[in-house]
Amino acid sequence: MNGGRAFLWQLLALAAAVVLAPLLVGNPYHLNVLNVMALNVLVVTGLNLLIGFAGHISLGHAAFYGLGAYVSGILSSTHGWDPWLSSLAAALVVALVALVIGIPTLRLAGNYLVMATLGFNLIVTILILQLDEFTGGPSGFSGIPPLKVLGRSLASDQQFYWLVWGAALLGLLLARNLADSRVGRGLKALHDSPVAAAAVGVPTAAYKVKVFVLSAVYASLAGSLYAHYFGIVTPKTFDIFFSVELVTMCLVGGMGSLWGGFFGAAFLTPLPQVLHVFDEYKDVFFGGILLVLLIYQPQGLAGLWTRHARARAARSA
Amino acid sequence: MSGWEQLSQYIMSGLTTGSIYALAALGFCLIYNATHIVNFAQGDFISLGGLMMYTLLGAAGLPALLALPLAVAVVAGLGVVLEAAAVGRAKSREITVLIFITVAASVLFRGVFKEVWGKQALAVPPLSPDVPLKLLGATFTPQNLWILGITLAAIAVLIYFFNHTLTGRAVRAVAINPKAAALMGIDTRRMVRLSFALAGALGALAGAIITPITTASYNVGVLMGLKGFAAAVLGGYGNFLGAIVGGLSLGLLESLGAGALSSTYKDVIAFVVLLLVLFVRPRGLLGGGEETRV
Repeated sequence: MNGGRAFLWQLLALAAAVVLAPLLVGNPYHLNVLNVMALNVLVVTGLNLLIGFAGHISLGHAAFYGLGAYVSGILSSTHGWDPWLSSLAAALVVALVALVIGIPTLRLAGNYLVMATLGFNLIVTILILQLDEFTGGPSGFSGIPPLKVLGRSLASDQQFYWLVWGAALLGLLLARNLADSRVGRGLKALHDSPVAAAAVGVPTAAYKVKVFVLSAVYASLAGSLYAHYFGIVTPKTFDIFFSVELVTMCLVGGMGSLWGGFFGAAFLTPLPQVLHVFDEYKDVFFGGILLVLLIYQPQGLAGLWTRHARARAARSA
Repeated sequence: MSGWEQLSQYIMSGLTTGSIYALAALGFCLIYNATHIVNFAQGDFISLGGLMMYTLLGAAGLPALLALPLAVAVVAGLGVVLEAAAVGRAKSREITVLIFITVAASVLFRGVFKEVWGKQALAVPPLSPDVPLKLLGATFTPQNLWILGITLAAIAVLIYFFNHTLTGRAVRAVAINPKAAALMGIDTRRMVRLSFALAGALGALAGAIITPITTASYNVGVLMGLKGFAAAVLGGYGNFLGAIVGGLSLGLLESLGAGALSSTYKDVIAFVVLLLVLFVRPRGLLGGGEETRV
């Protein structure tokens, strides 16, 4: 993960594209797809921080996303909290949960975090389904109020577009700053050689837990945005298969690359919508793409990008 | 029904599902020992075992004595394909990438099963006609006995294979130290492939014997596979005896827990156990896996 000056220019280019896109996309349905894409960019960027910095994969990010959605949704509608405040409260809850999961499992080498987050996601899904008194059970939880800015509700696709893409850009910028921070450098050292990093005094376990919590909070905030945008949340949206889909986006985009999350989400979110055939064959399609990429191109789309850039640099030199 | 009768009923059903978890956990162990990866497609081996039995036994009308080995062979073949075409072919040798190859394969398998067999639940005929039996107050069907018997037989065959055959010992040697095994002239790649075949066979067996009770469907094995995974962690990941102990105790815990508390949260039990084990004793009951601290 490196975030040099080039990254800032790329981010600026993306921001320009974000500003221009609504001029080209008039159809509210397409705008809706773009909004979902931004939500996915946010979650996957967080997940990629975990993969890139801590070298761990989480199969529980759909659950963090779901907790962000359900906790904020329930607090704001059943208990009448302000949606911004309830989103913050949900993020706090998710951060605590991530701490509880991360502290015991991240000090161990191996795949314990994958196992724990997988179990956690399954538990959350079952609880959402069974606690129907609070969550609405299988039919979902509806009547969630929209977010308000300066007294105006952000209810339309157009208004939400600015909010969610703003959040996505901010998320990318924050991820880049983290790469440049003390924690980021410490974790990079850890990635290269855990023993050497520990020997020079990098508190590796604590850093890993921090990144894990941060990445869970990304998912939670995206989940809260989702809930206040759609007004309804259903358990299926946040099951283990969505966790797999999120990791798919990371891997397709480029594991641990700053832009990987963006590429993966931008590529995989609209495909089923644009090509209706794929909706029926979604599993075959997702599984197939992921399989081929993992076997032949484990660095993902971002890997192709850097290889292409390197080849061009080599030609011009 | 008296308290004792109820208890023996719970134990009977706990041992039945526990056998399935044990078979799945053994599959996880075999592949872990051979490659150090978690094979998330284990649950799909179970699904395919059940689906093949539906087609061979129900639709094609083959006798059980022919259908069962055929189903096991097909799924063992799928295990070999998974290794030969995907896991073994990957450019990256990073464990994380390899694990997600099995996740991707699982998604793909499930998609294909859905296209071939549809989404509905399919009734699989039992191995022998359903007549209610009674023992110590518990009521059960011959299928329960088939499940226990076949699981015991599979375990016996595995014990014999790993202790008394040259190939079985070679598989164990590769698990302990692949480099040393290769230097001794063992074809490690073949042994890894064999482990995938065995894991497929065990999954097929589990699916073939449980689906007459649960019905078969394209995703029937997913939850059983995940619980088998929890069982493997409970017993000590990679430990064979641990897989059996973990599977049976998880089955009992689930059925007794559902009986004592409520069946609403039955499915949570396995994953709460999984988290508790990872938090408190990651090596599991009997020890296994690598608990390295960095």
